[in-house]
Amino acid sequence: MTLRIAKQTGEWLNRDKKIHFEFEGQALTAFKGDTITSALWAAGLTVLGRSFKYHRARGILSLANHDVNILVTDGIDTNMRADVVEVTEGMKLSAVNTSGSVKKDKNSYIDSISPLLPVGFYYKAFHTPRRLFPFWENIIRKAAGLGIVNFNYPRILKRKQHTHCDVLVIGAGPSGLTAAYLAAQAGLTVTIVDENKQAGGSLGYDRAGDAASVAQLQDLLNKVTSQDNITLLTASYAAGYYPDHLIPIVSAQGISKVRARAVIVASGAFEQPPVFRYNDLPAVMLGSAAQRLIYRYGVKPFNHGLVLTANDYGYRVALDLLQAGTKVVAVVDMRKAGDAAYTAKLIEHGVKIYTGHCVYEALASSDKSSVKGAVICAYDDKNNLALTSNKFTLACDGIAMSAGWTGASALLYQAGTGMQFNYQIEQFIPSRLPDGMFAAGKVNGVFNLEQRLQDGVRAANAAIGYLGLKAVQTEAITHTGSSPSHPYPMVPHEKGKNFVDFDEDIQIKDFVNAAKEGFDNIELMKRFTTVGMGPSQGKHSNMNAIRILAKIRNLPVEKIGTTTSRPFFHPTPIGHLAGRGFHAHRLTSLHDWHHTHGAVFTDIGAWKRAAYYPAPGQAKQDAIQAEAMAVRHSAGIIDSSSFGKIELHGPDAAEFLERFFTGVYKTQKVGACRYLMLLDESGVVVDDGIASRLAEDLFYLSIGTSNAAAVYREMQRYQQMWQLNLGLVNVTGAFGAIGIAGPAARIILATLTDLDLSDEAFPISCVREAKVAGVAARVIRLSFVSDKTYELHVPMSQVPHVWHALMTVGEKHGLRPFGSDTQRLLRLEMGHAMPGVDTDGLTNPFEIAADWAIKMNKAYFIGQRSLAILAKRPLRKQLVPFVLAQNFAGEMPMDCNLVIEGQDIIGRVTSISYSQFIGRCIGFAYVTPDKTALGSTFSIRTDNGSLVTATVVATPFLNNQKDA
Amino acid sequence: MKLLNCPINGTRPLSEFIFGGEYRVAPDQDSCSDAQWAAYVHNRNGSPGDKKEWWYHSPSGTWFIAERNTLTDKVSRTYLLSNANLNPALESAQ
Repeated sequence: MTLRIAKQTGEWLNRDKKIHFEFEGQALTAFKGDTITSALWAAGLTVLGRSFKYHRARGILSLANHDVNILVTDGIDTNMRADVVEVTEGMKLSAVNTSGSVKKDKNSYIDSISPLLPVGFYYKAFHTPRRLFPFWENIIRKAAGLGIVNFNYPRILKRKQHTHCDVLVIGAGPSGLTAAYLAAQAGLTVTIVDENKQAGGSLGYDRAGDAASVAQLQDLLNKVTSQDNITLLTASYAAGYYPDHLIPIVSAQGISKVRARAVIVASGAFEQPPVFRYNDLPAVMLGSAAQRLIYRYGVKPFNHGLVLTANDYGYRVALDLLQAGTKVVAVVDMRKAGDAAYTAKLIEHGVKIYTGHCVYEALASSDKSSVKGAVICAYDDKNNLALTSNKFTLACDGIAMSAGWTGASALLYQAGTGMQFNYQIEQFIPSRLPDGMFAAGKVNGVFNLEQRLQDGVRAANAAIGYLGLKAVQTEAITHTGSSPSHPYPMVPHEKGKNFVDFDEDIQIKDFVNAAKEGFDNIELMKRFTTVGMGPSQGKHSNMNAIRILAKIRNLPVEKIGTTTSRPFFHPTPIGHLAGRGFHAHRLTSLHDWHHTHGAVFTDIGAWKRAAYYPAPGQAKQDAIQAEAMAVRHSAGIIDSSSFGKIELHGPDAAEFLERFFTGVYKTQKVGACRYLMLLDESGVVVDDGIASRLAEDLFYLSIGTSNAAAVYREMQRYQQMWQLNLGLVNVTGAFGAIGIAGPAARIILATLTDLDLSDEAFPISCVREAKVAGVAARVIRLSFVSDKTYELHVPMSQVPHVWHALMTVGEKHGLRPFGSDTQRLLRLEMGHAMPGVDTDGLTNPFEIAADWAIKMNKAYFIGQRSLAILAKRPLRKQLVPFVLAQNFAGEMPMDCNLVIEGQDIIGRVTSISYSQFIGRCIGFAYVTPDKTALGSTFSIRTDNGSLVTATVVATPFLNNQKDA
Repeated sequence: MKLLNCPINGTRPLSEFIFGGEYRVAPDQDSCSDAQWAAYVHNRNGSPGDKKEWWYHSPSGTWFIAERNTLTDKVSRTYLLSNANLNPALESAQ
């Protein structure tokens, strides 16, 4: 039996294109433009899905993206919302959350045992005895959740884009379209977004049997599309509100993050179901759902239906049903009287109207797949009583219900709008809007169509004025006439099954029980009953839940308040949110060379550095030891281009360094290098480096890779405060650096430069400017990794040229590259502690025996005052160099292993490594001050629990060489 | 995401900025007591309200002060730090 009716003006179908698809194995046809639900309903199917908890048969509720009992899968995607997803050729669909078939769901027995499963039962039932919990858990896990995740889901990259507009209008109904047009007329760029496939909102389907609104909608749409400065986005929803008007707009293609200067929320209202026994049967649907079915998809909701209403909207629905060819059995109005004009019109059509009556219960057809009638009785509106003494039954095959609305206010709440309950319309409406936010239409409590258009004009003018343009500001519009929402459209029934939340099968008695248990605050009640926690997020249940709680507690609705609204407004696929894994890396100009020479890379700060260069099949430790041996016996070369490099230009450069670092620089000679140590205000060691004085007014600083950006940032901050006469330039990316170290370093370098490299002319801790391989270089002589180390700082682009020149002449001297891991070992052999490795966030310079680097007699440096306090206190720990026994063969301790004495932890290892050159394990550890004397021993506990004895030695470790 | 107004570069998204902590003036390090100095170094006032904060516009390297209400998250104004009497410790040292 088909319910498809003749073509409707403005319908969304293309009747020339037939679609063939399958639902639960049944072959069906539809028209292009049908949703899955509309196609099934047109074919006469009523059981489209099963409820989550009790597996009750369910049909259409809203047809507005909230029918979460009708979730289907096509074998690839799951939990597709059938009420809005368009049916396409060849689809093979089945309902989720069923066992067997949707028509004969094996789990539907749960409904018959529902009295045993009251709300919150699982919080109590499965605790004892504990040993049974795994059994219950297995059952609960099977029952929980909807749909089955497809682990073979293809990876589909969804776009993310950023757009900007002056005014973002959310909702393309009559008020939104009007507002968008007016804002565009004022010269503003406007984006208007609507979750429906086509714009128009209620103007498209709320017709009261009259097609005049179609022309009105067309006129509005023509105006909007004629404006070049309006972008109309349909099938896209505004998913949330983030500060300063950033609104993610989600479509099937991805997310657009829209930054608007002003936002007009014209998102309309969700129709709310009245509550009565068996209000969840298939073919009991919201009045607006019936209208959508008729005018969007050309499908008659029922053959002979009944309208239950508690507002004038139900009368309009009845007129629409008549227009669609449904015989309207009766209009049952819970109020004392309805609108006179609509009443007269319906009576003219021979429709019987029962005012002051309610539907006491709906009657299921014999196979429970539909409705066969409704029990009607008088209703005491004041006392919320069904007067059943004179109840009677009307036969019908469906019920359309209209009882009221709740504003689609999620984004308003998220933006921090103050909402107030308005008793004239029984709805929460905005009372205090944040700057740049405006509301119009039903969400603003304005329901009459003419008034909604005016409200759109008013909101647009307010937004135009807010953006600094001239616009007439008008007063807020208030609703006139009877209330669009009933204050308490819920009919009690001693046998229950009167559903408030269709996602979670929650009935009125569940709220009563929750309140009895003490969960009588709306946030607690939500969590105990799970009302509003299903996939529709309470869009058709939260308001009724608030009303029920208000009645239970005998409080006015505004005292109950609402639960917190959070992004996202609608479930958003995780694929839309997933990032593309952008990780910005900085590469040196030698990166490709390292790569082709087999380097293993390591991340240091933002940089990729070559850690070591293993030969094919060579273990990491062997590669590092071989590179270190080359530096000790011949020469090694390292790409140090990632070092932080900062220039200080100006007469106050030395003054700045003296304030910023712990040392003395005013007396530093041009051509000399000095050590830099940076503390924070509490005296903790932050970083270290080298200052090379290139001229009276030019210092060149090189500091560690990982902390360089932060150190430079702090230098900039202090310069803001101190305003000294100097310029700071971060030349980290402009200069590269090559370190060449080892006994043969000098002879190799000498072949490429005229610079006198003798110890007399160029001792350790000096800097020279000279040409190396024809390139102007800053050559710094250091002793970080070996006594003969030269660091060549040249423009980054020239680094490969100098590197290759050195490699060529160095070949016969055994020159080989070494990486940053090898450098760590080499500096350890030299006895240099490294901030960040051998220090932590609490280490002061006294604890690493760096007193020599601290010039307390200066007027000021960062951390000086704190050191003055610390200097008065005894040390609690101290860093010491240690070696393990020469013949040590057990499990080697690792960084961070603890130093143990008896039952106490007295320190920890910060660096430890085997050194092939020295022939022992060497390292640094923190110990208590009584263990610091040369020759003292202490115990390190390894990961396997054994204790290893370590002996304190003097640095450099090189002096502890086996044969030395 | 919030927007922040850099006094040099104008309104930019928050992802371009780095928070630098509350702007606080150090006590005179030569005359203050150890306890006063320790309080300055270690104690922070976390109570919500109007704060002066350091913010850094990372791409351009601009430090500036933002006056922000930490309860409402509203930034009332942003400006570069002037050179007037900002570090008493230094002033007295010179």
